[in-house]
Amino acid sequence: MNKTADINDIRKLFPALEQSVNSKKLVYLDNGATAQKPQQVTDLVNLMNSGINGNIHRAVHELSSKTTELYENSREEVMLFLNAAHREEIIFTSGTTAAINLVAASFGDKFLKRGDAVLISEAEHHSNIVPWQLICEKKGALLKVLPVDDCGHWRMDMLDALLDENVKIVSVSHVSNVLGLINPVEELISMAHSRGIPVMVDGAQSVVHLNIDVQKMDCDFFVFSGHKLYGPTGTGVLYGKRELLEEMPPWMGGGDMVETVTFEKTTYAPLPLKFEAGTPNFIGAAALARAVMFVNSLDKEFTQKQEHAVVNFMVEELSKIEGLKLYGTQGDRISLFSFTIDGVHPADLAMIMDKMGIALRSGQMCAEPLMRRYGVEAMLRASFAVYNTLEEAEYFITSLKRAIKMLS
Amino acid sequence: MTIKEVEQQIVEEFSIFTDWMDKYEYLIELGKSLPIINEGQKLEGNLIKGCQSRVWLNAEFKDGKVFFTADSDAIITKGIISLLVRVFSGRSPKEIIEADLDFIKEIGLQENLSPTRANGLLSMIKQIKIYAMAYSS
Repeated sequence: MNKTADINDIRKLFPALEQSVNSKKLVYLDNGATAQKPQQVTDLVNLMNSGINGNIHRAVHELSSKTTELYENSREEVMLFLNAAHREEIIFTSGTTAAINLVAASFGDKFLKRGDAVLISEAEHHSNIVPWQLICEKKGALLKVLPVDDCGHWRMDMLDALLDENVKIVSVSHVSNVLGLINPVEELISMAHSRGIPVMVDGAQSVVHLNIDVQKMDCDFFVFSGHKLYGPTGTGVLYGKRELLEEMPPWMGGGDMVETVTFEKTTYAPLPLKFEAGTPNFIGAAALARAVMFVNSLDKEFTQKQEHAVVNFMVEELSKIEGLKLYGTQGDRISLFSFTIDGVHPADLAMIMDKMGIALRSGQMCAEPLMRRYGVEAMLRASFAVYNTLEEAEYFITSLKRAIKMLS
Repeated sequence: MTIKEVEQQIVEEFSIFTDWMDKYEYLIELGKSLPIINEGQKLEGNLIKGCQSRVWLNAEFKDGKVFFTADSDAIITKGIISLLVRVFSGRSPKEIIEADLDFIKEIGLQENLSPTRANGLLSMIKQIKIYAMAYSS
């Protein structure tokens, strides 16, 4: 099949990009928060909501078997996408947050005890901090933090000392939602594994920009959200190595996750259903396959070239703006840029640029400890997706300069 | 002048702006020209934390009237604050409690008071009303 290598052909699939905001053509640069959806994703969601709707795994009727098939085919699609070894290693969740909470609660319940430790990095999203704090508090375990340097890179020189025998699991982001840098996860994983410590990788940002091969990466868990990957909201994936998932207790109890239930003793369904209690968002999960197919349909060489062009342009142009500080510098990065400007508040910039039709993120980015690390209250973030053009980057820079002028 | 009259005055001031740029430039101007709180009053207890920006609100009760001073680290928020202070400061608790904020809508800034903006303004207004209620009892 021919792969799409033209940005206009890509944009045509996204009706949301056609709209105007504040009487200006929308320039959507908040993809790090959520991405727009291609037509084929919304089509399937609509089709299922308006007819192909029957609860999965439960009934013998035609509609149920159709939805079950769509749901399980999506699992297969995600498995191939991540290059997981087995389909039962793919657990559908409501998002990255739910996936991390699942691992923290279930793995933590089984393997953490008083005096143990969990290692995260200083550049984590709140959703990769708080679930660990909850379980650590419950278990009397310690949450340890791998610091980042001024440029935003992990302090790999400190890793050896931090990975002591108390650490039972490491959970880190592949790409921080603030810094945009591609972290050396393979190096960290091999070091952790040499000490028998499993590693969870938060791929919420990276899965959208990089090719993920969980077997090559050798991570023990990999989590991401469907809605950032052009899929439906309320979908997410937990990949986990089979042996580990087998050992972990269920997190939520309910229908579909059981084998036999008596009041005395319940036995659980095998993977992956053990971790999918209750009626899942099966329409969303089914449509996630369409999002994955969309990503697969793109010419990777083209999208990478396009992203490099945006990164080079943005880094260069941002560096020319007086008083601008970009967080996350040097080394490989994705097209996600967080920065501050001396004397101008990010919220003001975001508000003015919204009037210019540009959607940005401002605030603490759900990463308060990282804000504190850099001594700022808030940042402004522009994050690009495959449908964003270089012209949009240019318009962003021109508009930013205009907004700064208005505000200073 | 009553609160309603001050609000009407503000609506008239804003009526000359035909596009958003002029309106926001005016708000920025208001934000810049008002050193509305002194640093000593930027206490943790006066801080209203929004995700987007921070707002400080200080209230003093004198001769049956409530006097507000306030500030924000974001200039547009500060501009809107200066309008709110102009409306509410130096009023009796009863006037403050009874006042509505329809003028914000009339000057086309209601989006800034939406809870989704998380800029602290909505909490600030709530706090103003709470102070008024506390002083009225």
